Amino acid sequence: MCRLFALTSQEPVSPMQAIKALDVMREGHDGSGVGLFLSGLSGPFEDLKDCPVLSGIFTTPGIRRLDQFMMDHDFMTKYKTSTRLSEDPPTGTPKRDVYLARAYEKPEAWKHLSPEKQEEEMVRIRLQLRRMGEANNDMTVFSFWPDTIMIKELGDPLAVGNYLQLDRKEFDARVVLAQGRQNTNYAINLYACHPFFIQGICTMTNGENTAFLPIREFLESSNILGYEGYQSDSEVFTHILHFTLKRLGLDIDAYKHIITPLKDRDLNNHPDGPFLKQLKETCRKLIIDGPNCIIGCLPDKSLFMVQDSKKLRPGVVGGRPGMYAFSSEVCGLDAVLPDRDVTKDIQPMHLDTVIVPPTRQEIRICRQTDPLHLQH
Amino acid sequence: MSPNRPITPSTLSPKDLPWQIDWNKSKCTLCGQCTTVCPVKAIELGVFRKRKVKTPIGLMTPPENEYSIFYGIRQKTDPAFSCIGCGMCSMVCPNGAIMPRRNDEKDKLCFHKNAGGKPRTRGGRRNDNDSLLDRIKFIRISMLTDPALDAGRHEFDLRTLLGRVLPPEEGLKTFREQGWAPPVREIYPLIIGGMSFGALSPNMWEGLQMGVAYLNEEMGMPVRICTGEGGCPPRLLRSRFLKYVILQVASGYFGWDEIIHALPHMKEDPCAIEIKYGQGAKPGDGGLLMWHKVNKLIAAIRGVPAGVSLPSPPTHQTQYSIEESVAKMIQSMSMAWGFRVPVYPKISASSTSLAVLNNLTRNPYASGLAIDGEDGGTGAAYNVSMNHMGHPIASNIRDAYLNLARLGKQNEIPIFAGGGVGKNGNLAANAAALIMLGASGIQIGKYIMQAAAGCLGSESDRCNVCNIGVCPKGITSQDPRIYRRLDPEKVAERVVETYLSFDTELKKIIAPLGRSTSLPIGMSDALGINDKAAADRLSIKYVV
Ligand code: SF4
Ligand code: SF4
Repeated sequence: MCRLFALTSQEPVSPMQAIKALDVMREGHDGSGVGLFLSGLSGPFEDLKDCPVLSGIFTTPGIRRLDQFMMDHDFMTKYKTSTRLSEDPPTGTPKRDVYLARAYEKPEAWKHLSPEKQEEEMVRIRLQLRRMGEANNDMTVFSFWPDTIMIKELGDPLAVGNYLQLDRKEFDARVVLAQGRQNTNYAINLYACHPFFIQGICTMTNGENTAFLPIREFLESSNILGYEGYQSDSEVFTHILHFTLKRLGLDIDAYKHIITPLKDRDLNNHPDGPFLKQLKETCRKLIIDGPNCIIGCLPDKSLFMVQDSKKLRPGVVGGRPGMYAFSSEVCGLDAVLPDRDVTKDIQPMHLDTVIVPPTRQEIRICRQTDPLHLQH
Repeated sequence: MSPNRPITPSTLSPKDLPWQIDWNKSKCTLCGQCTTVCPVKAIELGVFRKRKVKTPIGLMTPPENEYSIFYGIRQKTDPAFSCIGCGMCSMVCPNGAIMPRRNDEKDKLCFHKNAGGKPRTRGGRRNDNDSLLDRIKFIRISMLTDPALDAGRHEFDLRTLLGRVLPPEEGLKTFREQGWAPPVREIYPLIIGGMSFGALSPNMWEGLQMGVAYLNEEMGMPVRICTGEGGCPPRLLRSRFLKYVILQVASGYFGWDEIIHALPHMKEDPCAIEIKYGQGAKPGDGGLLMWHKVNKLIAAIRGVPAGVSLPSPPTHQTQYSIEESVAKMIQSMSMAWGFRVPVYPKISASSTSLAVLNNLTRNPYASGLAIDGEDGGTGAAYNVSMNHMGHPIASNIRDAYLNLARLGKQNEIPIFAGGGVGKNGNLAANAAALIMLGASGIQIGKYIMQAAAGCLGSESDRCNVCNIGVCPKGITSQDPRIYRRLDPEKVAERVVETYLSFDTELKKIIAPLGRSTSLPIGMSDALGINDKAAADRLSIKYVV
């Protein structure tokens, strides 16, 4: 099963920290790939908070097509990272022409658009690029969003991290999500690598989502921009969260009520019982069924973790004010935060959503049996 | 044979009949039990002459014929009385002296079962053993990341929704604004489908109702039973058990008066109202309760004279079109119960099922759709309708589900599948296959008659006399002399046993798929079939 590690820190940290944690947990992943989500960027990106950052992998012709496309759409490059990679990629990693993280200034025409419209436009651009890439096999775009860099590559996480020189200052981030991949797909597909991202919402999972197919059918048929191209059975978790927050206007503590609703007898005793029953009923098609641990990041940079009741071994959350980490194994946590107070570690059980808010001062647990946080 | 022996074109020999009686002279004590019990009077007491050649010792006296008579059992060969193979005779014979045996060749009776120019009607089944559902396999066993679930130890939530489920955004909006939301019931996905009080004997009905009540109140399984057309005993209408009952109204409106009049006295709302437009047994044909079964009680409940045949028309004649029906009838039924009761139509699976479904998706009051495949049905029907009309259920349900999925409305209009579920005994497997193809729940009729009451019918034209009120087991007869054979308590017990074992089997299927908190509706990635054409048609995996 994939190994997961996430960090949230007041001071920007190198993503290599998270990769180190993955390396400690290497028993649990086959080194067939790594996925990284970086947000709360520092360094050069810090001052470009409003600029959407494009991240992905390109071939040389691909980058030319990208430039043309972005120019046509009136985007101006504000900053880009460039890396001179050593000749030979590590074993298992294909040779690529360009890894890209480039911040753009938004087109003039967007000035008049509402923030929502702008968000929509960014998704549209990313989808267009994805389709272009799929047609010519020359670009793989992971994200196009302000303050966000995503990197996914095949190969052993540590080797890939070193090869891509991720310890450079420009990659330091306050939020890091990292996945060491246990490949269970037949063909290794970069897009199927966690974490998944849509409009500031990012999650990664380990486990198996046996309800994938009906959920995918539902999401695809809902006509929501971006709900397409599913390559992994857990990709839908991100979109369910997106649906919960953006479409239903609910808070993160409702997420668990959607994916793993309470039993009826618990709902009957719940202070928000009638609402939750309604939620369970109308969102029944979004119930995930299978052992899953989900770690994710919200648009406000909160980190959270939830699990299905079938998950036999829960993930663990620990740290100290200012820096918290989420890990699928305790040893990962030990590697990055050895000096934390381990007695304060939390292993969320099947009713819990563990949240570290953007202030990073505490771990908040919301139990499914508690009143809902946000009710309008 | 004497030349003036009346041999007509319809004179058949026992060899021409589908069933032949093996009678063992040396075991038989002539107790007469078999002839008494035979529902179709296929056997009678016969007088036989026996010749014995007597050869005395010596050469002087020549051998002689000695004639004697003896009594025995004779099989009638008149097509009207042909043996139906029910085997009741063998069940009552104290000496094991009699047994029906199936003809080893195609019978000739089928050419003659139209005496008086009336085509054959019968009750029972389509008489085709083939079932596509039986060939579907569950190929997804979750072994990838975590071990599969344990059907015996994990907690499972095997429920489904009956009623129109609003899409998430609309549902929450309605909730916040305290608007009207369509009624939704959470029920067990295996429903006892419409078999009327009229078609079934009072004992059978009582047994089923008792079993259902027990399942609900003692076992915590929200099992529902549909009445079929023909009303509901007044006592049940006014009882708290009504909430376990789906009331059916069909084009004959039989018994509907009684229901309307009971409305003010109802302590509970019924679970739902099913409007029957079509049924699997006789697609395009109405209901048919033959005069044999219309006794005083049935006549009273249905508000008709006793002893007349009661065909309901295939169409709802007060309505102009299905669209109008959907609009008017569903709405007026909903209104009758203050919009608290789900109302949905039942149609026979056909190439126009999708059109009906499309209509329903646009009707906010429509609560679901029951589709009955060609194998459906228990009641009387013309042989030709039963055997040759309609559409099999698997592909029909699949089309309907995929159509809803395209509209983004899957599970908003729950689809209930019936027809041939468990016809070869594989109830849980067939039901699970249909659920994974997209059904929200399953309706059964014949299966429960067979399991709970020991119906003798089989898929090879055995018994099938349900329509003429002589059911040898007392399941489908309105004759007290016959139906007292059936003990309602025992039927109830068997209903409960059937459901409990179904529940275990269903868990055994879905646990390895990794599902426990929601029914795997539409989880077609778990299905495979070893027929390329079927796999393509159903959009499931082709496995060999
Ligand atoms: S099998 Fe049934 S129908 Fe045939 S003789 Fe025996 S009792 Fe009569
Ligand atoms: S046993 Fe009764 S219900 Fe069953 S087929 Fe025979 S007549 Fe019909």
